Parts: sequence; C-alpha cells; structure tokens
Amino acid sequence: MDFITIKNNQRISLQTIPVQAPFKFVQGIADLMAAGEHIHCVSYFGYPSEDGIRLICCLADDREGVIRVGATSVKPGDTLESLTVQYPAFQSFERELHEDYGIAFPDHPWLKPVRYPKDRAHQANDIAHYPFYSIDSEELHEVGVGPIHAGIIEPGHFRFICNGEQILHLEIQLGYQHRGIEKLFLKKDRLLQRSILAESIAGDTAVGHSLAFAGVWESLCGFIPSERLQFERAVALEMERMAVHTGDLSGICTDIAYQLGSSVFGRLRTPLINFFQSWCGNRFAKSLIRPGKTNFPLTPELAGKWLEVADAFEPDFTEMYDELSDLPTALARFEKTGVVSADTALSIGMVGMAARASGLSRDIRLSHPQGWFKDVVHQPVVKHHGDVFSRVQMRKEETLQSLGYLREYLRNFRPEVRQEESLRSPEPSSLAVSLVEGWRGEICHCAVTGVNGELIRYKIKDPSFHNWTGLALAVRMNDISDFPVCNKSFNLSYCGHDL
Amino acid sequence: MMLRSLKILFHQGKQYIPDITTATPPGIFRGRPVISKTFVEEQALAEICPAGAIGVAPVSIDLGKCVFCGECALLFPEKIRFTNDPRMASNVRNRLIISEGDEKEINIDPDEVRSEIRKIFGHSLKLRQVSAGGDNSCEMELNAAGNVNFDMGRYGIEFVASPRHADGLVVTGPVTENMAEPLRICYDAVPYPKVLILAGTDAISGGIFAGSPALDRSFFNDHPADLYIPGNPVHPLTFINGVLSLVRSGDIKGRVSS
Repeated sequence: MDFITIKNNQRISLQTIPVQAPFKFVQGIADLMAAGEHIHCVSYFGYPSEDGIRLICCLADDREGVIRVGATSVKPGDTLESLTVQYPAFQSFERELHEDYGIAFPDHPWLKPVRYPKDRAHQANDIAHYPFYSIDSEELHEVGVGPIHAGIIEPGHFRFICNGEQILHLEIQLGYQHRGIEKLFLKKDRLLQRSILAESIAGDTAVGHSLAFAGVWESLCGFIPSERLQFERAVALEMERMAVHTGDLSGICTDIAYQLGSSVFGRLRTPLINFFQSWCGNRFAKSLIRPGKTNFPLTPELAGKWLEVADAFEPDFTEMYDELSDLPTALARFEKTGVVSADTALSIGMVGMAARASGLSRDIRLSHPQGWFKDVVHQPVVKHHGDVFSRVQMRKEETLQSLGYLREYLRNFRPEVRQEESLRSPEPSSLAVSLVEGWRGEICHCAVTGVNGELIRYKIKDPSFHNWTGLALAVRMNDISDFPVCNKSFNLSYCGHDL
Repeated sequence: MMLRSLKILFHQGKQYIPDITTATPPGIFRGRPVISKTFVEEQALAEICPAGAIGVAPVSIDLGKCVFCGECALLFPEKIRFTNDPRMASNVRNRLIISEGDEKEINIDPDEVRSEIRKIFGHSLKLRQVSAGGDNSCEMELNAAGNVNFDMGRYGIEFVASPRHADGLVVTGPVTENMAEPLRICYDAVPYPKVLILAGTDAISGGIFAGSPALDRSFFNDHPADLYIPGNPVHPLTFINGVLSLVRSGDIKGRVSS
C-alpha cells in the first residue's frame, strides 16, 4: 500500500508522496478504510499539476494518531471508481471532485452539485436548477424552505418530502454562501490577508479555523510555536467552545418556545464573548490568532478576569440546565427526536460533537493532539442515543469540561518570557495538513506549495461538510415541526461548507 | 417548578443596558479610529492594510472597507488609534472615510434622509435580514441586538420573518453570485416605502472578499443604501445606534425613549 504516513501539523515534500495509478489509489483507500472505524477521510482534493489533476487523499488513523496520504494523477473528465458505494462518507468528496474537475464516478449514486463554484467543470449547472430528488404522488407532498429562512441565519434550501406532518425525506441544497475563499487564499498573497480570510471561513469558528490555518502555515515554514503561544491558543479554542455551546442551548430553547432558557443561556453567552473582546478587541476572537506570533498576549490580569467570569457563569449555567433537563415539556421535544444511530454516523463519516452524541468517540484533541493538547489527558464526552437530547447534553457537558480545563490552566498561569522564533518563508513543493477539534468538530486545512514556495492549493474542510448529511437523515420519520430543533441541535455551518 | 423558574429569574439580576445611546463596549474595542497628524511613512502604512482601506495624502481609513484587524494601530500607534466609540454608521458613504485630524463623531446627514423614513418608521421599524455570503458573525450579532442585554425591541426595532411584514432589508455578507437573485426577490417582496441597510464591512464593500469572482454585487448599482453600518462583525451597539440615528431626528445621545 503506497501511502506515506505523517502526523498532524507536519510538512512533507511533494516528492515523497507516492503517486499511484488511479485504480491502485482507489483500491489503497478502500483497503485502509477496511481496517475499521478508527480510519476516516479528513480531506480528499485535487489541484492542477503538470500532468493533469493531482488528487490527494488524507486518511486519519485515530488509533495510531497519524495521517496516511496517497496521491494519483488524472486528467479532467477522467473516470475513477467511486468509493461511495462501499463507504458513503466519500459521497460529498467525490461530488466535489466531479464538480471542480469533471472527474466521472460512474457508480456514484448521484453526482449532484456541491456549491457551484465560478469555474465549475459543467457551467450549464446553475443553482436555480438543482436536481432535487422528487416524488410523483397523490398522497405525499413536498415542502420547500429557503434559501432565505425565517430567522437571522445563513441561506440554504431544504426540500422535504412529507407524508402528512411526517418527514420521509429531506434533501439539503447548499452553495448559496460560496465566496470563492479557497481561491482567495492563493490570490490574496499577504499573510495578514490570509489570516483574515481564515477568520472569515466561518465567523462562529474564528478560533478553530484560524488555528488550522496557523498550523498549516507554521508547518510549511518550519516554525514551532513556543509553549506559551500553544497554551494561549488552547485557551482560546476552549473558550470558543464554551461560548458557542452556551449560545446553542439558547437557540435550542428558542426552537421549543422555552423563553426562560432562551433568555438565560443567551445572556450567559454574553460575558464569555465579551471576554474575547477584552482580550483581543473582538467578540468572536477575530485578530487573536496569527501565525508565528500573537498580537494579544494573555496576561495574569486577563486570566484573573476570566476566572471571575467563570465563577459567575457556572452556578447560573448549571441552575438553568438543571431546570431545563427536568422539564417534561422540554424532554418531550428532545428525547428520541432527530436520532442518528452510531452505525449511520459511522457510515456517513460524521465528526465532532454530533458524532460523539451518536456514540462515536471522535475527537482530534485525543486522537491527533497538537500544541498544548499533547500534554493533556483529554477524555471526550460521548453520548449514545444520538437524539436531540444527546446533543443538548453534549453542549452542557463539554461546556463544563472546557470550563474545568480553563480553570485549572488559568489558576496556575505563570506567564513565561516569550521567545518566539521568527517566521520564515514556506518551503517549496510541499504539503502540510492540520487538524483541529473546533467546537463543531474536526477542521482540516491542507496547503500545497509550488516550486517557489508560493501557495498553489489551499483546501479547507469544515466539519459541516460531513455532518449536513447527518441532519438530513436525522429528521426522517420525525414531524416537520421538529425540524427547527433538530437543525439547531446540529448547528452546522453554511459558509464553512460553501467556502 | 414555578418557584424554581422565579428563582432563576431572580438570579439573573439586571442584564439590560440602561441606555444604548451612551453605552460603550467593555474592554478594548476597535471603534471609530482617530488619525493624528504625526508624520509617518505613509506608503508603508497603507500597505499594511489587508483590505486596502487606508488612503494616503492625507492618510485616511475607509470604515466601509476596514476589517478592524487593528494591525495599522499596532504598527503605527503614534498615527492611528481606535477609540471605543461604537457609533460609526452613516447614511452617506463618504462619511465612513476618516481622515487625519478628524476627531468628530460619525453621523447622519439629515438632508439626505428620505422624509418618509423618519415620519413613518420613527417609532416602529420591522426589518427582514438577508445573509448573502455572511460568515455568521454579523448574523449572530444582529441576533444579539435583540437579546436581553441589548433589547433593541424597546425602541420598536425588530426583525421579522417575512419580507411582507417588513419595512426594510438588512444585508450582511459580500453578496455571493449564488445569493444575488434571492436577495433581489426578497427586496422586491418588501412593500414600499422601504429602507435598505448594509450591516458590516463585507456588505458595504465586499471586505476581505472584494475582487472574488464568486461575488455579484450588481444589486447595489440600482439600489442605493439608506444606511451603512461598519464592523467585522457589526457590534450590536453600532447597529442599534446606527438604525436609531436614521429613524429618529436630532442628536439621539441620551435622548431616546424606548
């Protein structure tokens, strides 16, 4: 099997990646996948090379803590054997390759468009004519919702096939948010521009995506962040997790019309994001993470301030959660609603918090730890029912887990003298891969450099890329009125998917 | 259960900000910048800006392009300073450009406000929001504007679900090509008279996404905005004060009843 083995945040020369014949490459992926649930695809992308399109597949091995990287070379419009039939987790990766380069996967069930990029292979495909799965029936009806929804949220189209109030099938059409961000990483060639692009991939995950960008960039440049920088980044990542999870609990309460929970969790989020503002001047931590440095060092005063925030937060959070989880009317909406079984989650390649709610213990902080997490014994929170309530419990337990970590770290915070080496230029003809466990789950960034060290491909994968399929399957056989709370319990990213 | 709910309510204390028009964000906040007349290498300063927001001779910052990263102020602290003043909105695009020596607040040009806006929407403005490539940070801040802390509803300003129920549109995001048509359809569905508000730098100029071929901003060629509200994302205080200054007459500071 010709796959090279690397670690998270490692740079390798492109020459060291074995380029196999297409059929051998696909067979190699299938063979690796067959080893079990600890192997999953974190990125599968192409870029133009001198001999056509170079495809790179990155499979994470959660047990060994390594990433196996393989490559092949194809021409635009070539045919490749589809892995989707055997491993449905590949369905969106293959659709993307089909959309971008016209690669045909004849046995793929349906190569639907993903996000309608400007330079897509089939220009005739347009977003107004997405090929929905439809029915011709007297008894069943279809409900179309979006792209613009009833609240202040991002656009996407949901097409339901219903039997009365019951959802039989949901198809989610995305792509409305496509800003061409991967191409902009190549075009806007200053590091600061790229840092700001990374913060804007998904504004609710500014820390997560910025850390993946910093990881990739620093690996390309051979830069090793100081202990203190690693520490500050881990702190920011866990603070972001707490803030979003708390906000999600508010949103979930809104969607079951529970006003008290909605207001209380909503206002509990405020001091958490205001802390980011005290730290770096932005409530979403934009500008906090920069490759090779930080503009906003964590000071003992800030650490002390956060501990005060945490002390005020915890009793009110716990009190509100205890009340919520004790309310029969809330539980009736949460329990056995929007179920994703462990088998389904595994087969469609779900990641992160939603996967853990379905019993899959997938957490990059444990399996591929980087930076500060290398020295931390992290025990992922795992639930087993895969319903809305499991995802609600995840929010609460992960919030308190992060709070516990932060309290421990910040109580013992002794700022060392910072000695950051200077950031060199990226190495030429290289690939770097970075995995980060953001609050939603596994974020993967890959960068490829050309002969002069310039970026020739930047590939971003938000956890939503896998998990949208989870939402589509979760709502089957549920009442359509339960869709909002199911949707919020996943809280997936539109812009993170559409890029 | 009722008693427990009351107890929780009691434990929240007072969460609302008493007067939005005079409040400032806690901690450090990159609000309206002030540019000194100190001599610096202007070209070097302009080149720092990732969004091309800094002009030279005289030095200026266009808040409609600024992504509020603060890098210019970090590298040229003697030249540029971001104040914590969140009031940065104007109905005139040029007023978002701050030049050397400008210390005064950014405001509305009352002569440019259409007469029906203040007459009809002064005490009740229902808005429909459209995210057109927004990264979800502006969207979350607009949601936060209605939470118990900022409580925008006290001024009669609220977001509604349908454009048919709305008096205007708030656009976030740089407007992707894939959202160009839905945005037009939604705008057309709002009954007259209506206002158009651009919230956040991405909406005002494209921000960091300016120049991407995946955008289609042609909607703005034939639809001039009534209000530009800068930010990355737009802070709830910036948004609420901006909208208030558009729909209410005179200086709103400390003088707006809910």
